[in-house]
Amino acid sequence: MRKFSLLDHQLIPKHEIMSEDELKSVLKEYAIEKEQLPKVKVVDPVIQEIGAQVGEVVRITRISQTAGEAFYYRLVIA
Amino acid sequence: MTISEATIDSMIAQLDLPKNIMGTLKDDVMKVGVTKKELEDIIERLAASYEYACVEPCEAVGVVSAQSIGEPGTQMTMRTFHYAGVAEINVTLGLPRLIEIVDARKQPSTPMMTIALEHEYATDRDKARKLAWEIEATHIEHLADITTDLANMRLILDLHEKTLIQRALIPDEIAEKLHEELDVMVHVSDSIANQIIVTPNAPSYRELLQLAKKIHFITLKGIEGIKRVVIRKDGEEYTLYTEGSKLKEVLQIEGTDATRTHTNNIGEIFEVFGIEAARNSIIKEATDTLAEQGLTVDIRHIMLVSDIMCCDGEVKQIGRHGISGEKASVFARAAFEVTVNHLLDAGMRGDRDELNGVTENIIVGQPIKLGTGDVHLISR
Repeated sequence: MRKFSLLDHQLIPKHEIMSEDELKSVLKEYAIEKEQLPKVKVVDPVIQEIGAQVGEVVRITRISQTAGEAFYYRLVIA
Repeated sequence: MTISEATIDSMIAQLDLPKNIMGTLKDDVMKVGVTKKELEDIIERLAASYEYACVEPCEAVGVVSAQSIGEPGTQMTMRTFHYAGVAEINVTLGLPRLIEIVDARKQPSTPMMTIALEHEYATDRDKARKLAWEIEATHIEHLADITTDLANMRLILDLHEKTLIQRALIPDEIAEKLHEELDVMVHVSDSIANQIIVTPNAPSYRELLQLAKKIHFITLKGIEGIKRVVIRKDGEEYTLYTEGSKLKEVLQIEGTDATRTHTNNIGEIFEVFGIEAARNSIIKEATDTLAEQGLTVDIRHIMLVSDIMCCDGEVKQIGRHGISGEKASVFARAAFEVTVNHLLDAGMRGDRDELNGVTENIIVGQPIKLGTGDVHLISR
């Protein structure tokens, strides 16, 4: 098996697991619950690679054509 | 008196604006040279026009997107079902391709890959060629003339020496592979060069004909499903274009650049690279399809479609089995497709419709919750 990091791929933006405090401030900013965030499956190859667990939230730093850089949040689900 | 870069940075830093707007602001301000008073004025006006450009709360962005993509779509219909070659490979374009994308088909009608190569291979044509043969599926008909020898109940394969050298294969290797796959007697002829003789297990006519058929489906070399590989020079480097798509297998091949290899099969991107890559690739494929037809649709509309397709962690189609079919409201679902079925099922189950959305309120004749209609007075 040839090894390479998925995160290096052009199409894949940066994913990082968020800490509780960061998550709290984001949820407060948008005034929503964790369950209202977009989802990502735990079997998603990128989620497997960064090792996020069900119930955690990942912050995705998208390279956006309109905003330059934009944050997106996804809740890891089973 | 102009101000220093550090002052500009500190003044810009706390602004609540997108990164690229701040970048442009800084660059322009640095180029022109402004005083502190002027910069404050600029920032104030910029913030005002940014706010003016933002979409308003309670705006029906989905409907705007639907119309913005739908209108150019009507122009596409008139000159559709056209195929155009990218590097001698046919790909579906126009409306059929757009439908394929929003329907989230598991397998597009013309899967195609763009394989970027690592530096060493990308600059050397021979190495790129060699890699192409590693990827392209080689079947027996590429290499040999097959004769069915009915008298002696066997198949005779006359291999072409030239193609053998080209594809770096030797007769023994082929014989071995055929034996493995077919589980029959295969031996390389001693008397005639480059000849392989295949004998069926039982000397029956039927077995022989079945064998003659089966032998065509065996992949001797390369990746099964990659029908053709074309090499093209893009700028400074060689890139491989393939007919057929097998992303996972191709990435395992030494020499391919795993960070720049693409496919137009979104389902495959989702499986190998995950949901975020699938979202990006939907945006890319849709904009490319529209741009190829000379249509410009604002990318925000396509981004919205792509986001809604990917928001549940898997690629869902727009339509009956996806986004539209999962709406909470019975009326909203019934308004889309298969009206009677939805109403009947809802009636049998005793579903309730809370009348929260737009469609269902139009159906029952109530004001819709959009724009000013979504604002309520609350007394405390």
